[in-house]
Amino acid sequence: MNEIPEVIRTIPLNYYLFLSTALFVIGVTGVLLRRNAIIIFMCIELMLNAVNLLLVSFSAYRSDPNGQVFVFFIMAVAAAEVCVGLAIIVMIYRNLQSTDVHLLNKLKW
Amino acid sequence: MTSIILLSVFGIINLFLGFLKSNKILLPAVIIFLAIVFGVNFLDWNNPQSHFNNMLTIDNFAVAFSAVMVLSLALILPFSRSYINSGNPHLAEFYSILMFSLVGAIMMVSYENIIMLFLGIEILSIAMYVMAGSHKKELRSNEAALKYLLMGSFATGILLFGFALIYGASGSFNIAEIASFSSNTTATDLLPMMEIGVLLVLVGICFKIGAAPFHFWTPDVYEGTPTLFTTYMSTVVKTAGIAAFYKLVWAVFPGLNEFWYPTLVAITVLTLVIGNIGAAIQTSFKRMMAYSSIAHAGYLLIALTSFNDYSENAVLFYALSYTVATVAAFGVLKLVSDQREGETYEMFNGLGRTNPLLAFAMTVAMCSLASIPLTGGFFAKFFIFGSAIEAGAVWLVVVAILMSAVSIYYYFRVVMAMYMKEPVGEKVAVDGFAAFMLIFLSIFTFIMGIFPGWFNNWL
Repeated sequence: MNEIPEVIRTIPLNYYLFLSTALFVIGVTGVLLRRNAIIIFMCIELMLNAVNLLLVSFSAYRSDPNGQVFVFFIMAVAAAEVCVGLAIIVMIYRNLQSTDVHLLNKLKW
Repeated sequence: MTSIILLSVFGIINLFLGFLKSNKILLPAVIIFLAIVFGVNFLDWNNPQSHFNNMLTIDNFAVAFSAVMVLSLALILPFSRSYINSGNPHLAEFYSILMFSLVGAIMMVSYENIIMLFLGIEILSIAMYVMAGSHKKELRSNEAALKYLLMGSFATGILLFGFALIYGASGSFNIAEIASFSSNTTATDLLPMMEIGVLLVLVGICFKIGAAPFHFWTPDVYEGTPTLFTTYMSTVVKTAGIAAFYKLVWAVFPGLNEFWYPTLVAITVLTLVIGNIGAAIQTSFKRMMAYSSIAHAGYLLIALTSFNDYSENAVLFYALSYTVATVAAFGVLKLVSDQREGETYEMFNGLGRTNPLLAFAMTVAMCSLASIPLTGGFFAKFFIFGSAIEAGAVWLVVVAILMSAVSIYYYFRVVMAMYMKEPVGEKVAVDGFAAFMLIFLSIFTFIMGIFPGWFNNWL
C-alpha cells in the first residue's frame, strides 16, 4: 500500500494543481451557463471531485493522511447531497414535466 | 457535547413517535426534548474541554451560541399548529429533521478542525434543502428548494476548494495549527496559495449567511420556503453561520488580518446598503423580511470586523434579540397568512382592530428590528456600534446608522397598515399556545431592552 503515494509523486505537484483548478473552473462555468438542473448538478459534482483530487495530491506529497480522510467525508456528504438533490429534481419534474431551471420563475422582485 | 448526542437520540425517538395514530403528542414531546437539551447544554459552562481527538471544543462561546439556537427552535415550533390541525403525515419527520440540523448548527459553533466546520455546515444545509421543498405540490416551494440546493452546493464547492488550498499551504486542518502557520508567513512562498484559499472560504461562508454580493438567492429562497422553515433559516442558520464566521476569521486567520480585513469591510458595507435599500422597495412582507435578514447579517458583520472584549458579547446579544424579534414577526405572518391569502403588506390591514394581540406583538417585533429604544434591538445595535468604535471603525458605524434610519421606513409600513387602514378580513383565529408564545416574545424583547446587562457579559 505504500506504493500509491509514490506513484502519485512521480508527477510534479504543480500539474495536480493546474488539473484540479481546470476541472474546478469547468464545473463553475457549467453551473453558470447550463440550463438543465441535472447537468448543473453534475457540474457541482465535478467541482467537488476537483477538490478531492487536490486534497489527495497534497496529502500524498506531505505524507499526511488527514487530507485523504477529508476526501472520505466529502464523498459521504456529496452522496447525501445527491440523494436530496435528485429527490428535489424529481419532485420538480413531476410538477413541471421538465428540469429546465429557466421555467422556475415564480419568485421575482 | 452531551447536547449533540441528546439531540440525535431525541430526533430518532421523535421519528418513532411519528408511528402513533395521533400527532397531538409530537409538539409537546419536542418542546420537552429541547428543554432538556437546553438545560444539559449548560453543564459544560465554564468547563472547556475538547472531544474526539481535538475535533470539537466545547467552550463558553459554543455553549452560549448553542443555547441561543436551541432556544430559537423551541420558540419557532409552537407556530406549527396548522401542520398538526391539517393532519400532515410528515410532521414527525419535519420535527426530527429540524432537530438533526440543530446538531450541525452546534458543530458549526464548536469546531476545532476544519473538517467539523464543513460537516456542520453540510448537516445544517442539507436539512434545510429538504425543509425548503417540504410543500411538495406547491411550485414556489419547489423552486425555493432547487435554488437553495444549487446555490448551496455551489457555495460548498467554493468553500471546499478554499479549504483544500489552505490545507496545501499549512499542512493541517486543525485551526490552531493553521493559525500558527498564518501568523508567521513572512518568508514562505506558500502565502499566495493560502491567501487564495482564505478568499474562497470567505466567499463560501458569505454565500451561506447571505451577505452581499452573494445574497441573490436569499430573497427567492426565503419567499418560496414555507414560513415556519423560513423562520428557522433566518434565525438558526444565520446565527450559526455568523458565529462560525467569527471563529474562523479571528481564531483561524488572525495572522492574515491585513489581507482579509479590507475584503470583509467592503462586504459589510455592500450588505448593509443592498439589504436595507432592497427591503425598502419590496411589496411582499415576507420578501421584505428576507432583505431585512440580509441587512441584519450586515450589522453582525460589523461586529466581525472588530475584535475586542466587547465584540463576542455584542454578537451574542444581537443574535438573541434578532432571533426573538424575527420569530415574533414570522409567527404573526404565519398565523395571518394561513387564513388570509397572500403575503403582502395589505394582508395586515386593520389587524390592530380585529386582533389587537397579533398587532401588538408585530409592533414590538418591528420596533426591535428597527432598534427603537426600550426594545432589545436598540441595545443590540448599541453594543455592536460600541465595539466597532472601540476598534476605530467610525465611518462604518456612520454608514450603519444611516442605513438603520432607512430601515424604519419599511418596518413601520406594516405597523401603519395594521393601525391606520380599514380591516380587510375576519378576525384571525389564534390558538392558545401561539398566543402565549407571542406574549412571551414581546415581554422578552422588553426585558432585553430594559435590562440589557443581564444578557451582555456572559462570555
